[in-house]
Amino acid sequence: MYRYDEFDAAFVRQRTEQFTDQVARRLSGELSEEEFRPLRLMNGVYLQLHAYMLRVAIPYGTLSSRQMRMLARIAREFDKGYGHFTTRQNIQYNWPALRDIPEVLRLLADVEMHAIQTSGNCIRNTTADHFAGAAADEIADPRPIAEVIRQWSSIHPEFSFLPRKFKIAVSGAATDRAAIRFHDIGLQLVRGPDGGKGYEVWVGGGQGRTPMIAKLIRPFIEETELLAYLEAVLRVYNRYGRRDNKYKARIKILVHETGEADIRADIEEEYARLKGGSLTVPAEEIRRIEAYFTLPAMPPRPEASETLDTARASDPALALFCAQNLHPHRVPGYTSMTISLKPIGGIPGDATAEQMDAVADLAEAFGFDELRVSHEQNLILPHVALDDVPDVFARLVSMGLATANAGLVTDIIACPGLDYCALANARSIPIAQSISERFGDAQRQRDIGPLSVKISGCINACGHHHVGHIGILGVDRKGEEFYQITLGGAPGADAAIGSIIGHGFLADQVPDAIETIVDTYLAVRRDPAEPFLLALRRVGEAPFKEALYGTR
Amino acid sequence: MQKAAASTLQTITANRLSDGIVVFLGAHDRWVERITEARVFEGAEAIAAATAVGEAANRARLILGPYAIDVTTGPRGPVPVRFREKIRAFGPTARTDVVAPAFGESVAA
Repeated sequence: MYRYDEFDAAFVRQRTEQFTDQVARRLSGELSEEEFRPLRLMNGVYLQLHAYMLRVAIPYGTLSSRQMRMLARIAREFDKGYGHFTTRQNIQYNWPALRDIPEVLRLLADVEMHAIQTSGNCIRNTTADHFAGAAADEIADPRPIAEVIRQWSSIHPEFSFLPRKFKIAVSGAATDRAAIRFHDIGLQLVRGPDGGKGYEVWVGGGQGRTPMIAKLIRPFIEETELLAYLEAVLRVYNRYGRRDNKYKARIKILVHETGEADIRADIEEEYARLKGGSLTVPAEEIRRIEAYFTLPAMPPRPEASETLDTARASDPALALFCAQNLHPHRVPGYTSMTISLKPIGGIPGDATAEQMDAVADLAEAFGFDELRVSHEQNLILPHVALDDVPDVFARLVSMGLATANAGLVTDIIACPGLDYCALANARSIPIAQSISERFGDAQRQRDIGPLSVKISGCINACGHHHVGHIGILGVDRKGEEFYQITLGGAPGADAAIGSIIGHGFLADQVPDAIETIVDTYLAVRRDPAEPFLLALRRVGEAPFKEALYGTR
Repeated sequence: MQKAAASTLQTITANRLSDGIVVFLGAHDRWVERITEARVFEGAEAIAAATAVGEAANRARLILGPYAIDVTTGPRGPVPVRFREKIRAFGPTARTDVVAPAFGESVAA
């Protein structure tokens, strides 16, 4: 895992001191809210419906047990005992006092964490596949380049005042688990003709009010030249991105309005100026950073675990958990385990301080001290020996963290919604809870198979509803919460934006509507092996519309 | 802030600067956490005067972002008309285990 060098540590300390001073001047009255607001946003401090909100960066979703314990401590001592893991692999605290935030930032700095650039019109947390480094289908670990990008993008002087926020995601596997086509820049790691590492560069994806799929601007850039190319993209955006209208200021609008060919020409022209210059990352430097991410020493184990197989045979709950929450690991005898933060009827993505501490203990005891946060608001133990799975499972059961629903209908992504967010029009959490309760039976969920439900409480789409197989968008209809349903969204290489299927529903009608959609799928599917998304693509929306709305 | 109609009842709300907690203008121009203790203002003149108090408190760095909300009078005091303002006054509906509903008032009504 990347460790701060002296420069990083000094920078974070200085930034914390600077912000401490800014907070003091705000509290004393020397700074007005207008003056303070851009400063606090650069340090991840929002003002939400009920209180301030602090968003802490978790670079490429990776953290150690020591760091997780600090997040738990902050939840316990400075908040109301819980935190929320987000769709960008970060954590949010909903109740920090402004006067306490400098102390919180000092504690975070002690464990090499911070809240810098988690808000504002700058380059945000670069996200990556949550199974990075472990996945059996991985071409190479994307986290080293994500770290290089993090260093390049932190307080980049030229890009601190972009037209709008900027989000980058990296995928290192054949299967894109980072939704790269829905980011401002998405990077797909590929091997070049000589076997060297390079990237596909996708530009102009995004969700929000105007969802768009990114364009493949450059099919291959060598790894050593990637920063120069990213700089070229950011320069074109910084120069030509719209600043007249906040809702048309993302790079996706620039790409759309300029046209793919012309924007590519602009970027290539800028890149030609930068190529081979100071932004070329020497191969030795990449190797140096890669060294931080080498796989922990995992003693070889048999591919199948007798211990696990025996335990599974006598414990149906464990068997279900293994069938659902384990992901194939590149090292035989190991697995990556999803710790679902979607308990049936619970709040998606929330974890108590006690749960965070317990997960930290598990990582230390069984997980080579490594944890991940997925953009699907779950936690991951990326490296667990199959032999240890029964013990880990037993501990998870005792903490209420053993829900066997990874990728199933109750593994819902939901934004905080009107319960927390000043931007929201409707609540999303209670909708998630009611759907979760309706489909709570473990076997029923397994029978339904992979099905992603994503819920946003307003058109900013922080719940990623546009890329849900079933998407739910909460709106305000004459003062009443009302929910539109979309079908057919997909975040991966088969990228698709969901389409609205018809008239919306009141909150208490939503679970029935989802059930109707699920029942329709079960009726039309060729066999249980045909998942929801493929069946939908095969038969189209008509059967679902018919079932929901009847013949017109 | 909008001018209110003569018959509109309003309360002034803001966030406390030091900790961000939602507060309301109460008796003696003090800011209270419980909407049940908030003063209710009726008529354009009263609301304008209350608004001025809010703006002064903003300048005095006690609170930030003051604004007026429409309320009705309930058995325990003012209740916001708008749903969003109800949630803001009474807390997130999803976390009553951690954030207790204010004094028995429930948002989900």
